[in-house]
Amino acid sequence: MIRDITIGQYYPAKSVVHRLDPRVKLMSTLLYLISLFLFKSISGYLIATLFLAAVIRISQVPFSFIVRGLKPVIMLLMITVVFNLFLTRSGEVLFHAWIFTITEGGLVTAVYMAVRLVYLIIGSSLMTFTTTPNELTDGIEALLHPLNKVHVPVHEVAMMMSIALRFIPILLEETDKIMKAQIARGADLESGNMIQRAKSMIPILVPLFVSAFRRANDLAMAMEARCYRGGEGRTKMKPLRYRTRDYMAYLVMIVYVVTVVGIGRYVPLHVWIF
Amino acid sequence: MDMVQTEKLVFEYEKRDEEGNVTGTSRVIDKVDIDVKEGQFIAILGHNGSGKSTLAKHINAILVPSEGTMWVNGRNTSDPGELWNVRQSAGMVFQNPDNQIIGTVVEEDVGFGPENLGVPTDEIWQRVEESLKAVGMIEYRHHSPNKLSGGQKQRVAIAGVVAMEPKCIVLDEPTAMLDPVGRKEVLKTVQKLRQQKQVTVILITHYMEEVVDADKIYVMDHGHVVMEGTPREIFSRVDELKSYRLDVPQVTLLADELKKRGLKIRDGILRKEELVEALCQSN
Repeated sequence: MIRDITIGQYYPAKSVVHRLDPRVKLMSTLLYLISLFLFKSISGYLIATLFLAAVIRISQVPFSFIVRGLKPVIMLLMITVVFNLFLTRSGEVLFHAWIFTITEGGLVTAVYMAVRLVYLIIGSSLMTFTTTPNELTDGIEALLHPLNKVHVPVHEVAMMMSIALRFIPILLEETDKIMKAQIARGADLESGNMIQRAKSMIPILVPLFVSAFRRANDLAMAMEARCYRGGEGRTKMKPLRYRTRDYMAYLVMIVYVVTVVGIGRYVPLHVWIF
Repeated sequence: MDMVQTEKLVFEYEKRDEEGNVTGTSRVIDKVDIDVKEGQFIAILGHNGSGKSTLAKHINAILVPSEGTMWVNGRNTSDPGELWNVRQSAGMVFQNPDNQIIGTVVEEDVGFGPENLGVPTDEIWQRVEESLKAVGMIEYRHHSPNKLSGGQKQRVAIAGVVAMEPKCIVLDEPTAMLDPVGRKEVLKTVQKLRQQKQVTVILITHYMEEVVDADKIYVMDHGHVVMEGTPREIFSRVDELKSYRLDVPQVTLLADELKKRGLKIRDGILRKEELVEALCQSN
């Protein structure tokens, strides 16, 4: 089940998007997410859609792979749609039964909200598809670097993130091993109601935690033995450097934001619908 | 020149009760004197709980002596000012291959040590390439460590240490968690490194077969050094080794049994070929 979630996974390919500096991708994703909430008209949505489609095309990540990433959030999406549909009341009443009322405004908001959320998820997962976890942590570390001045341990946090990423597969494998070991001892993990099944997870979680702590201890010792002493005086094997394509990407992003906000703001809402 | 030297080294753990009060101490290492010269291959043997791993951690200044002193490359490990120099001159490879690899890509892990030392970027790349070549893992440089075998992971860990250019490499039971193939892989790598880079190697193990080529062997038991000498000297004392719960290599054991039954062969036979030769000559 855990393996089905594609959000946060890396999709290896050799596109321009993959080769961009992680800082550019992080900033652009942030800008795109913000831009989604800065326009109100359908022309804005059109531009946002075209832009997203173009980036997907250039990134060489297959569309089906991206769609698979949406599956786990469908429930969340449905809930927002339903709430928006019934709770927003503006404009003409389209449907009324008992306490349920659907208005024109509600319908429009619900559809727009759904589209926004889908784009939000696709936009951010596109970043993780095209950026390796290491680049991502490097990018975050570089972007948050100014926070060092207010004593936020940026380097340490980034190091923790990359170590966590390295240990995810190891701990998954370990969970599997412990589960098999407990099943071999007669543990019943499948039957019973939710509470019983949650309880039967205890004999798996306890050894898992114990072993995780032991690993952490070993790893800390190994890091110290290799002269790790925090971020100070440390050099980088793969330092981040802006190239021409990165500046170009920033330029494209600025042009996009200006267009989408400019056009999306001043073409009125109801022109295209109904 | 002395690479590693100890003088009456003592290490004690404090035993504490539930409230954290010290209730007593347990002595893990008791007045140990060892002396390792530059370029030597030293083996430290001992059964579980003999204190050999604790001693290894002293060489890298992960632990510091409770009493006595330890010098590594002429520096006192108890001096906090020398800590990073000590750790740079004595690299350490641990037992569990999974728990000592930090990077998510092989080459990044090898670069971790040099990064910590503040080596310039270009030189890091050069060192990473050289050390990966030295352990024969260069074709795996872009792989994830999770997909490597145990022996390969240990070789990456060794490369990570080599990239820091230490004068001495301490291997703390590097083969204990590996299968026989992986064990051979790791030992071969260590031998190759010794020839190529003339580093001092201190191998801590309880597999006797691994120490046949050592320049000198220390046998530890209950925190004491109980035997020291060349492999030939050590392995000619079969009964004594057995009393420390150590297994003697099969060939040595066979030779010893034959001798007890009255065959005239010499002591301390370490390899199959030697036994064959000795048997042919004895008639």
